[in-house]
Amino acid sequence: MQLGVFSVGDVTPDPTAGRAPTEAERIKAMVTIALKAEEIGLDVFATGEHHNPPFVPSSPTTMLGFLAARTRRLLLSTATTLITTNDPVKIAEDYAMLQHLADGRVDLMLGRGNTGPVYPWFGHDIRMGIPLAVENYALLRRLWREESVDWEGRFRTPLQGFTSTPRPLDGVPPFVWHASIRSPEIAEQAAYYGDGFFHNNIFWTADHVRRMVGLYRRRFEHYGHGPAEHAIVGLGGQVFIRPNSQDAVREFRPYFDEAPVYGHGPSLEEYMAETPLSVGSPQQVIDRTLGLRDVVGDYQRQLFLIDHAGLPLKTVLEQLDMLGEQVVPVLRREFAALRPAGVPEEPPTQASSRAARDLQVASR
Amino acid sequence: MTSRRIVVVTAGLGQPSSSRLLADRLAAATVTALREDGVTADVEVTELREHARALADALVTGFSTGALRAALDAVARADAVIAVTPVFAASYSGLFKTFFDALDEEALAGKPVLIGATAGTARHSLVLEHAMRPLFSYLHAIVVPTAVFAASEDWAGASGSTYALGARVARAGGELAELVAARRADLPADPFADPVPFEQLLAGG
Repeated sequence: MQLGVFSVGDVTPDPTAGRAPTEAERIKAMVTIALKAEEIGLDVFATGEHHNPPFVPSSPTTMLGFLAARTRRLLLSTATTLITTNDPVKIAEDYAMLQHLADGRVDLMLGRGNTGPVYPWFGHDIRMGIPLAVENYALLRRLWREESVDWEGRFRTPLQGFTSTPRPLDGVPPFVWHASIRSPEIAEQAAYYGDGFFHNNIFWTADHVRRMVGLYRRRFEHYGHGPAEHAIVGLGGQVFIRPNSQDAVREFRPYFDEAPVYGHGPSLEEYMAETPLSVGSPQQVIDRTLGLRDVVGDYQRQLFLIDHAGLPLKTVLEQLDMLGEQVVPVLRREFAALRPAGVPEEPPTQASSRAARDLQVASR
Repeated sequence: MTSRRIVVVTAGLGQPSSSRLLADRLAAATVTALREDGVTADVEVTELREHARALADALVTGFSTGALRAALDAVARADAVIAVTPVFAASYSGLFKTFFDALDEEALAGKPVLIGATAGTARHSLVLEHAMRPLFSYLHAIVVPTAVFAASEDWAGASGSTYALGARVARAGGELAELVAARRADLPADPFADPVPFEQLLAGG
């Protein structure tokens, strides 16, 4: 089981202090959070990609390249890389470059983006989101797997004899997750290729998450990648921890109430009952997270959102300390004990993908 | 033949509300007309007032839960919908619109719908034609030709308009029944149970 954190990189005023960080402070805070994630023994740090305020992370591989130099073990990922508005050629190049710099500690999560104006800013149309995701990814796969690509599609200038450089590290493309909250087409896409499927379930009810992941698992088996239980599943989630659950709720409530994504609708208590939002003691967070197995089956990656809605860096780092000391070791032990034999312990890594490729080559 | 499911959605707020009163009469007329064709029908009524807070929550969260989710699913599975709103500020009420905003896209596509509205005065009657009918056309529903408006005076016997309201109700119910009886009792496709195969998506479909 890989456990990690993901950041959307929002610049939000702290509702209890009234002050928003500067862009510089927020960017450096994301770096500090990633370094701390490695220090406390988390496996993954993933950054969002956004091209509009109040978000700062428009250039994921710049940030992840910097982090690659400052970390030794942490797997660097995205949540998400926009497969719709980015040129797939640039994605192929950027992430292959990052693979080399990070010695393979890279995977990426593809998403469509749901902000209407971003599409026309990059020359596209949000109504074509699914066809863009389908076609762009089909090209991206070829760019990583074929030396010389002749290609023609609906959305991009044709390519004749194009070689994407650098080639993927060891000739093994980074592992890809496809993320979608509500589109069955994307679960189908992940299943078709035998890639990972990530559900950012922080705003969604268990019933819906079960249906989406269930579809992906069933179709993964249908397309011949192995039994449904062996499909590679990741989940999001938000946690806020204090030793005493009442303190956690009291401290987090003003952030919840004013959060652009949460506030002014259901109460914190209603939200916790319906979604995986977990605010409480370490034991409550552990129980809630382990309970997600009952919704999606045994899964391979859990990413926590811990730094949005204006939470100050000092608080976020305290959260990471508690995660690292009291939550993560228990989750690792419990997930491992519960996982049936045969179910992958973690998603494919650079080393495991290379070994699988070598085995395939040797058997030919 | 299996029994048809008719779901009534009413946005009346009073107790009793004239919107509910009109909705019940429309439902009864539809059931009667279906019975004459030998078709049985079950009627399920959703009072939107009971979902007012959940609808406000659904607006900000983007998802619906509990009793509201069940009400939305019932509309999606219905063979026909009867939708009645009070007139607020020259249109359907915000509560009424929010329910249809929360409904899944395509939930009403191809579904027979009978529309009704109530107000204090008949001067609002064109709300059915300039607000309600375009809303349901946008949702790709099949709206029956007769829409029924009931002003306060329609509920009074002395003016002679009670007969007129009753006649309009019967006519609208008959039109809805005809569409329901002619329609196959299919449940909506479930994109999670039956996804579009990826080869088809790759081919641009």
